[in-house]
Amino acid sequence: MPDTLQRRAVLLAGVSLLAVNAVTRSQARTIAGGVPWTPGAGDAPTAEGSLKFFTPDEAAFIDAAVARLIPADDLGPGAKEAGVTTFLDRQLAGPYGHAETWYMGGPWHDGTRSQGYQSRLTPAALYRTAIKAIDDHCRQAFGGKTFSTLSPDQQDSVLTDLEKGKFKIEGIGPHAVEIEGAKADSFFSVLLQNTLEGFFSDPIYGGNRDMIGWKLIGFPGAHYDYRPYVGQHGKKLPIEPVGLRGRPGWMPNQS
Amino acid sequence: MAKKLPAVDVVLVGFGWTGAMIGEELTAAGLRTVALERGGWRDTSTDFAVTFAQDELRYMWRGHLFQEPAHQTLTFRNDSSQTALPLRHLGSFLPASGVGGAGVHWNGQTWRFLPSDFVLRSHNEQRYGALSQDMTVQDWGVTYDELEPFYDKFEYLCGISGKAGNLRGARQDGGNPFEGPRARDFPNPPLEMAYGPTLFGQAARDTGHTPFPCPAANMSRAYTNPLGVMLAPCTYCGFCEKFGCGNNSKSSPQTTILPVLMRRDNFELRTESEVVRINMDSSGKRATGVTYVDTQGNEFEQPAEMVFLCAYILHNVHLLLLSGIGLPYDPRTGEGIVGRNYAYQVVSSVDVFLGDRILNPFVGAGALGVGIDDYNGDNFDHTGLGFIAGGYLACWNTNGRPIEYHPVPKDTPKWGSKFKKAMAENYLTTATISTHGAVMANRGNFLDLDPTYRDARGRPLLRMTFDFHDNEHRMSDYLTDRAVDIARAMKPREIHAKKRTGHYSVVPYQTTHNTGGAAMGSDPKTSFVNKYLQSWDVPNLFVTGSTVFPQNAGYNPTGTIGALTYFALDAIKKQYLKNPGPLVQL
Repeated sequence: MPDTLQRRAVLLAGVSLLAVNAVTRSQARTIAGGVPWTPGAGDAPTAEGSLKFFTPDEAAFIDAAVARLIPADDLGPGAKEAGVTTFLDRQLAGPYGHAETWYMGGPWHDGTRSQGYQSRLTPAALYRTAIKAIDDHCRQAFGGKTFSTLSPDQQDSVLTDLEKGKFKIEGIGPHAVEIEGAKADSFFSVLLQNTLEGFFSDPIYGGNRDMIGWKLIGFPGAHYDYRPYVGQHGKKLPIEPVGLRGRPGWMPNQS
Repeated sequence: MAKKLPAVDVVLVGFGWTGAMIGEELTAAGLRTVALERGGWRDTSTDFAVTFAQDELRYMWRGHLFQEPAHQTLTFRNDSSQTALPLRHLGSFLPASGVGGAGVHWNGQTWRFLPSDFVLRSHNEQRYGALSQDMTVQDWGVTYDELEPFYDKFEYLCGISGKAGNLRGARQDGGNPFEGPRARDFPNPPLEMAYGPTLFGQAARDTGHTPFPCPAANMSRAYTNPLGVMLAPCTYCGFCEKFGCGNNSKSSPQTTILPVLMRRDNFELRTESEVVRINMDSSGKRATGVTYVDTQGNEFEQPAEMVFLCAYILHNVHLLLLSGIGLPYDPRTGEGIVGRNYAYQVVSSVDVFLGDRILNPFVGAGALGVGIDDYNGDNFDHTGLGFIAGGYLACWNTNGRPIEYHPVPKDTPKWGSKFKKAMAENYLTTATISTHGAVMANRGNFLDLDPTYRDARGRPLLRMTFDFHDNEHRMSDYLTDRAVDIARAMKPREIHAKKRTGHYSVVPYQTTHNTGGAAMGSDPKTSFVNKYLQSWDVPNLFVTGSTVFPQNAGYNPTGTIGALTYFALDAIKKQYLKNPGPLVQL
């Protein structure tokens, strides 16, 4: 495996932003005969529908990656099943993806680790750039296969190299090349943070489907009154998780 | 060209805690008062109702209540040899934007500083000898005894829940034995305690410490404050810090002052109005008012007899520098005042994995916890330790919000099935002991204007130069070791001590306890304001908030900010209004 993963030199910020807009697509669809979501599932209209940011190939990459970060296993479903790809798609299509609230003025310098994110890429451009670079790397290293078609072990080894900074993705910011591991602004740590957000945030954002993340650990969600339980020291509380939109038991089932 | 508006008596720059307190007191004294707030109006029922307040992604991770760096940020470097770079998104600290300021999204941990904290330099020099030359710490020019009635006033405004440890010099069982004397007990009893902090308290007592329930601006019962504003009992929902309280249970300007102040005929609040300059007359000795800009870019000049800086510390200092008021600090010569003695907080923690004891971390409140003060300030002998000052240790049940809180044992992989299993196994059964240490002023830590980066209005960004120094590292290691002692006494399956190592970083959230830059004191050479928060050079200009702290203590700052503000208001009402001019004669 090469130490350095070459990325074609087209990744100036302006170019990347244009690329983001050019590739973003939303597919047409028809809704008839009912609401476009499953009553009783306890999740979200926003979780349904076509991709708003990712291309199908990018979505396949994210599905595969988040399924390794929080896998489905004997403890239950993982990040892919929780809808983290949908969550990320909506986040990257929105204000977060466009770094709407971030300071994005130049000049740009690498900076030190303690100075934080100094890449000129927005999160949307970061994902678009990094996914392509990692797939290019995989094609080269694994006989033409993209990341999503590798075996789980191969995927884990690629993710481990990313985490440890063993190879470089040019154009996504300086710290990806450092060897101490995940940095605040490396793609891997952004992906991991966003995956946790999608796994544990309220289901209204498209992830944490059926409150999979909350059920795994025992977080009851958007309750606002625990007064009866403060003094119940050492007891597991008999509380079903609830989201901001309620929970399945609050909704009529299909007849 | 700015449109000149009719003059008023008082203009408040920023409308958070101190703006609301000053507005209330000075309108009650009959002064026509205008508050200028760069953000929007926010209120409980419309902006953080219980039907949507419990949204971790929106408020914590997407920063719904915070300042947006796209509009205003600062640059940062660890030392003067580096090039400062902008905080492109927030991390280490979370200033607010909007009515109520950070008083909306705080946890409510409301402490008094120790009597010795206010005489830090003289006390430590007397007990331990000369301090390091680089440590530019100083006395505050005000004493605990002077502030006590005003701590009391702020605590009763807020309805703080707690237990006194020292009533007029008499020690009280169950309270903090190290606190300065109080004239009376807290207005409300302590919150009902959760299991994790209870276990910490038992272990702390077993190891020879004196635990107590931490003072909380979360209501332990329904409370009506002296202004007649009612607060509701806290429901322990676990969404305090970074969130607005949907339940009117956390003290904030909205829940304690605004219902009264907003009705006063002589008060006016202008939101979406950002002050860009303090205006001075030709003598340079008198502020004539401020210039502000609305969201359409219209510029207004608001003349006023008195100007109060009530914004977050970083904006107060920025505004002084942009307005050319006071001599900017020069770290090479040590001369100058504005930007000098910037400080912060040094924090660390120990995760205590209890294995089979279910703690239910989500049953929380922002200041629900048990603390010990045995290692704060000069409550212990520092001889031979190589540092001064200290901090409290506490086990809080503030929240179990899972994106932020999913403790896993040391050496757990950061992803994959082992990580998932560790989250599932430890979420309900892990307590965390926090250490909350003081930061001493250092000649190399300061605020000034950045030479390169500019904000959305084309103004130079504020530049922060800051790092932890030997005193902070040694203190934090010592505090963390003491936390480990107590953690082991909790008989855990295992612990994970997270020491504070290396350079200060703006990346991980630590605390929104930035301090200094326009210090108070008794010598105009080393302080920007006198003990009444009044500028030495410009007697009708006052600076509030943690901006005036000469260095930071080992406590959360809000209680002391409240006390200093009420102390200054008392002198302003009794002396200044009758005879405007310097409140302290040199």
